[in-house]
Amino acid sequence: MKKKILSAVAGVAVVAGLGATGASAATLDDVKAKGFVQCGVSTGLAGFSAPNDAGDWSGIDVDLCRGIAAAVFGDASAVKYSPLSAKERFTALQSGEIDVLSRNTTWTMSRDTQLGLNFAGVNYYDGQGFMVRKSLGVNSALQLSGASVCVQTGTTTELNLTDYFKANDMTYNPVVFEKLEEVNAAYDANRCDVYTTDQSGLYSIRLGLSAPDEHMVLPEVISKEPLGPVVRQGDDQWFNIVKWVHNAMLNAEEMGVTSENVDEMLNSTDPNVMRLLGKEGTFGDSIGLSNDWAYNVIKQVGNYGEMFERNVGASTPLAIDRGVNALWSKGGLQYAPPIR
Amino acid sequence: MAHQESVASDVDDSGRVSLMNDPKARGLVFQVLLIIAVIYLVYSGVTNAIDNLARAGIASGFGFFGERAGFDIGQSLIPYTNDSTYLRAFFVGLLNTMVVGLIGVFFATIIGFIIGLARLSKNYLVQKFATVYVEMLRNIPLLLQLLFWYKAVLSILPSPRQVGLEPGAEVVFSLNNRGLYMPRIVPEAGSSLILYALLIAIVAWIFIGRWAKKRQMATGQQFPVFFTGLGLIIVLPLLAYLVTGMPLSLEYSSLQGFNMVDGWVIQPEFMALLLGLALYTAAFIAEIVRAGILAVSHGQSEAAYALGIRPNLTSRLVIVPQAMRVIIPPLTSQYLNLIKNSSLAVAIGYPDLVSIFGGTVLNQTGQAVEVISITMLVYLTLSLLTSAFMNWFNSSVALVER
Repeated sequence: MKKKILSAVAGVAVVAGLGATGASAATLDDVKAKGFVQCGVSTGLAGFSAPNDAGDWSGIDVDLCRGIAAAVFGDASAVKYSPLSAKERFTALQSGEIDVLSRNTTWTMSRDTQLGLNFAGVNYYDGQGFMVRKSLGVNSALQLSGASVCVQTGTTTELNLTDYFKANDMTYNPVVFEKLEEVNAAYDANRCDVYTTDQSGLYSIRLGLSAPDEHMVLPEVISKEPLGPVVRQGDDQWFNIVKWVHNAMLNAEEMGVTSENVDEMLNSTDPNVMRLLGKEGTFGDSIGLSNDWAYNVIKQVGNYGEMFERNVGASTPLAIDRGVNALWSKGGLQYAPPIR
Repeated sequence: MAHQESVASDVDDSGRVSLMNDPKARGLVFQVLLIIAVIYLVYSGVTNAIDNLARAGIASGFGFFGERAGFDIGQSLIPYTNDSTYLRAFFVGLLNTMVVGLIGVFFATIIGFIIGLARLSKNYLVQKFATVYVEMLRNIPLLLQLLFWYKAVLSILPSPRQVGLEPGAEVVFSLNNRGLYMPRIVPEAGSSLILYALLIAIVAWIFIGRWAKKRQMATGQQFPVFFTGLGLIIVLPLLAYLVTGMPLSLEYSSLQGFNMVDGWVIQPEFMALLLGLALYTAAFIAEIVRAGILAVSHGQSEAAYALGIRPNLTSRLVIVPQAMRVIIPPLTSQYLNLIKNSSLAVAIGYPDLVSIFGGTVLNQTGQAVEVISITMLVYLTLSLLTSAFMNWFNSSVALVER
């Protein structure tokens, strides 16, 4: 029920004109005034945004929020998290309840243009896949006709699923839930034969099932799912901050600047590194921050590669390959404009 | 205005009070002012919302209703595909809400009356069972009960493959975690006659009932209306069925591939929601029924017995009609509660209005203000219609005072 109430409250807030604070006021000033970044995350997706036993959030989506806080306050811990369902997320951002939405959210044209929101970059290149029980003896998504498919409501996943089955002239029974945990439980209880969501999500969810080894992710990737942070439209300064925190982490990896060597790198004479770390130029000023904004991000959160390895990389249970998420210079898609 | 010379001059020559001091005129002025204020508030609220939505770059308006929905729905009473419009998706959700509300009200009433009467029973076991039922179900939150039925009862059923059904073999009846599968009646050519026969039987029942009542009033003779009517309802359609050459066939479900196909299926989400709503609301209705019956003074039944009326007839003709006057108004509230509580469906994945329209459609279109206000308006309308119907029903059973 919380969902409905939240959407309703957001609706009322917009009607009452409170939405104005969300739409046009300077988010950076609001954030500085309250002393923390309010970050919208998922209700728990390992590797992307999930709380641990102690209630501390971690994941690559969470690290982006921590990066923003480090850039703004010089303190990566100045973040408060709002766990949001897929359905709640845009309303929460539109109504100003959160400052940035970093919640494995797919960048699509309609979301970018019709919701009054802007996508600030791509934190993770993903694609939708299918997970099934090995005992079904299925090895291709094209054999899934007639299956019951568990899916989360209000996602691009739901639409891609429809399109894929339609395009391949197959039928299915949708079993739709609002919360990720509910979809997980229903799939685990064998309410459906197939679980579909982004492939990274499937790997993460598989770990939480009662018998992970009995499930497999099918090879087909049926969609492009560029996941990235979202901010409200109409506040270019805040949009720039989020965008460039992400770019700074990518540039840092490209230049070999890590959280461990960033202090030594301060003495670097490479102009690229000097501009990144604020030794040269006034790039911090131009986005309303101090000049050591990127230094703080890298020092406290790390570069993109570190973030990836720490949360979803080979050393984690998820063991996701860098694949398309490698830097452009290493055959991937991650490419940040230069700081100059 | 009259000339004002003294306090009493508020009354002019013609004996009329000046407008300033006329309570009627003053009342009218204030009411008009209030209406203007309310209209202004609503107007400024709406224009403010439109301005803010435009400034925030959020699409607004109701144009989205005509667009292609692009998603599928698990249970639909009307033809719906992913090529249908959002408007159609809205109606699918509305009908799903209404069907669970209607069937829920039906079962809650029956169970509620039975349990309510059982609580008054002199049989120790029956009475204690009813007490435990009421105290347990009405004191556990409905959401928990829904989750119990869905996750603890229906979800742990085996899947069709695990049940060990032969692929392709026809099954008469199967309860598994994909739903309750039963044969479906398939009408063939000429079968509409059976439906007409059933309608005729129902109409005949009503007329016989009226005729029998009139006759009893006039002559005192009774007529077995119930059994005649029951006989008609069974015999007439059966005759039609035989005469038209048995134009109905049964379609059985069978396991094919991943799932059961064909037949008639009731989805587990629907079952869980119906069970939860009906059993929970029945506990409240039971208490209302008990209160209604206890509210009829004991002297009424004593008087009936003194006249030689048998206990069965006493409750039917004396107790229940008087109890109904007390029962119906609070019963209406319970019906309204049940219909509104059906929005908890969203927790167990039943595609009701809130789930489809307030969930998926809201998220696909991003138009929270429009979608949420329409959803609220729909629930308001459903509730008002229910109230109106129950008020009409109430006035038809209310005590007619002379």
